[in-house]
Amino acid sequence: MRDEHGKLIRIIGLGNLLRGDDAVGLLAARRLRERVGDRTEVVEAGMAGLEILELMAGARAVFVIDAVRSGRAPGTIHRLDASASPISPILFPHSSHALNAADALELGRTLGALPPTVIVFGIEISDTEAGRPLSPPVARALDEAVEWILRESERLECTNSI
Amino acid sequence: MTDKKPETRTIAIDTIARVEGEGALRVTVKDGVVQDVELKIFEPPRFFEAFLVGRHYDEVPDIVARICGICPVAYQMSAVHALEQIFAVRVVGALRDLRRLIYCGEWIESHTLHVYMLQAPDFLGYESAIAMAKDHPEIVTRGLRLKKAGNALMTLLGGRSVHPVSVKVGGFSRVPLRRELEGLKEELLWARDAAVETVRWVAGFDYPDFAQDYTGVALRPPDEYPFNEGQIVSDNDLRIAAAEFERHFSEEQVPYSNALHCTLHGAPYLVGPLARLNLNHDHLSLLAKEVLVDTGLSLPLRNPFHGIIARSVEILYALEESLRLIDQYDPPSSPAVPVAVKPGTGMACTEAPRGILYHRYTVDGDGLIREAKIVPPTSQNQRRIEEDLRAYLPRVLDLPNKQAALGCEKVIRCYDPCISCATHFLTLDIRREGDAPAASEVEL
Repeated sequence: MRDEHGKLIRIIGLGNLLRGDDAVGLLAARRLRERVGDRTEVVEAGMAGLEILELMAGARAVFVIDAVRSGRAPGTIHRLDASASPISPILFPHSSHALNAADALELGRTLGALPPTVIVFGIEISDTEAGRPLSPPVARALDEAVEWILRESERLECTNSI
Repeated sequence: MTDKKPETRTIAIDTIARVEGEGALRVTVKDGVVQDVELKIFEPPRFFEAFLVGRHYDEVPDIVARICGICPVAYQMSAVHALEQIFAVRVVGALRDLRRLIYCGEWIESHTLHVYMLQAPDFLGYESAIAMAKDHPEIVTRGLRLKKAGNALMTLLGGRSVHPVSVKVGGFSRVPLRRELEGLKEELLWARDAAVETVRWVAGFDYPDFAQDYTGVALRPPDEYPFNEGQIVSDNDLRIAAAEFERHFSEEQVPYSNALHCTLHGAPYLVGPLARLNLNHDHLSLLAKEVLVDTGLSLPLRNPFHGIIARSVEILYALEESLRLIDQYDPPSSPAVPVAVKPGTGMACTEAPRGILYHRYTVDGDGLIREAKIVPPTSQNQRRIEEDLRAYLPRVLDLPNKQAALGCEKVIRCYDPCISCATHFLTLDIRREGDAPAASEVEL
């Protein structure tokens, strides 16, 4: 089964490249693009909110990577299985969009429009000042998250159910 | 938690739900009379202005597109038109049409998001679009599909759906083939019908009787509904070119907010769909005119709650205009006209979904930005929102805190304030003097 975007596993990175740590999801997607397998597609979705529902359409498994702020230490990586249960919108307050990733996923769930597997990787950020590079803990978390997502996507690529 | 005789009371709204961005509202009431209404915005696009200085002019469209996740095309359009004014570049014919077309895509997307996901829940008694979707999945699904039709235009013309990359000074980096645009028509035709249904749907909502005395400001081209061009006009006889904007409109810092408030000759004014419709309804397409007449409303619209109707009519207009532009599309010989850099200063105003968006740039002989100024629609509407709240508050002062705050939120949401043009988010709490402050905060 191939969808309009052509790939079965999709990685969606969210964030603003010009807002310091807020870029982390996009930068992760950029790195992953160079390394994923044939059945995985990577989308840099910028400041997408509700649009992630459209970007997920047709995929069997989706990884969403976004910046979060929950008060945990910067660089903390949250792995949330949105296909199993709602994820807390409180984690995603720094979305500059009307509906953040958590809201969009909840709307998708209500309408029965979520792919079978949706995993959200939220990376705790600290500094979102314009024009700044990633802060050191977030830069380290970026490395770690990329390896983690790569392992999971490779495992899914090898699974017959995908 | 209404006190028996509170002499002074403060209603503070932090984090207004379903408003783009970040900000807060503080209202002070004394002896039952509203004293101060202060809408706070935390983080204006000032650092984007600073960030642009020293950059090459051709980087500007990409940078300004990142100011707002909802209206990147508006930022790009105001930027390229201001820069083209400096370089004496004129974009005409099919390239001009494509710029209208990508703007149609953004209006369809942005307006549909607001109508369906942000404001309709207020009228239908739901706390969010997610709650509304449980009872009305078919309506929310229609909204998502309508929004997607706008997104398809943005994706094709902008090169990417969320953060368009193909807009440049002089035109585009790539223009679509005729058959690519033709391929969108079927869905746009469905969307046009859905937009008619949308106007009828929202016109049936219950509206509070709340007419206000507005000075509306919008672009007005001689013979079309405005996107990228036209004089800046008001319904009190202003008629100026964008280059004269700063002679008539002034920004001032207010102590409670780090966003600037913009006024017209010192007075608040209104930008956005209501103002645009009032000043340009004669330029609407035929079907949009007919459907507007069917609502039974008489123009000019003076009730901010009718903004959702104006927005819905503009969705319909944008779809009819898209279909017209696609039908007459004859691909240009080149995706962009040549640009010769020269130093100077240029200004432009375009109609962002939320109202006029003014940009001014000064460029040196190497094409580097020396100065940038951006006045987003939300900073222009802020004083107007405060005036509306001042008029609306007496209706909700006797209500419990939570309902009073919700009433204020609904007024603010009428404007679809994109505070992310300025910043991130807003919290809502109510504090009445006489209560212990912490105990009276209500998170909504």
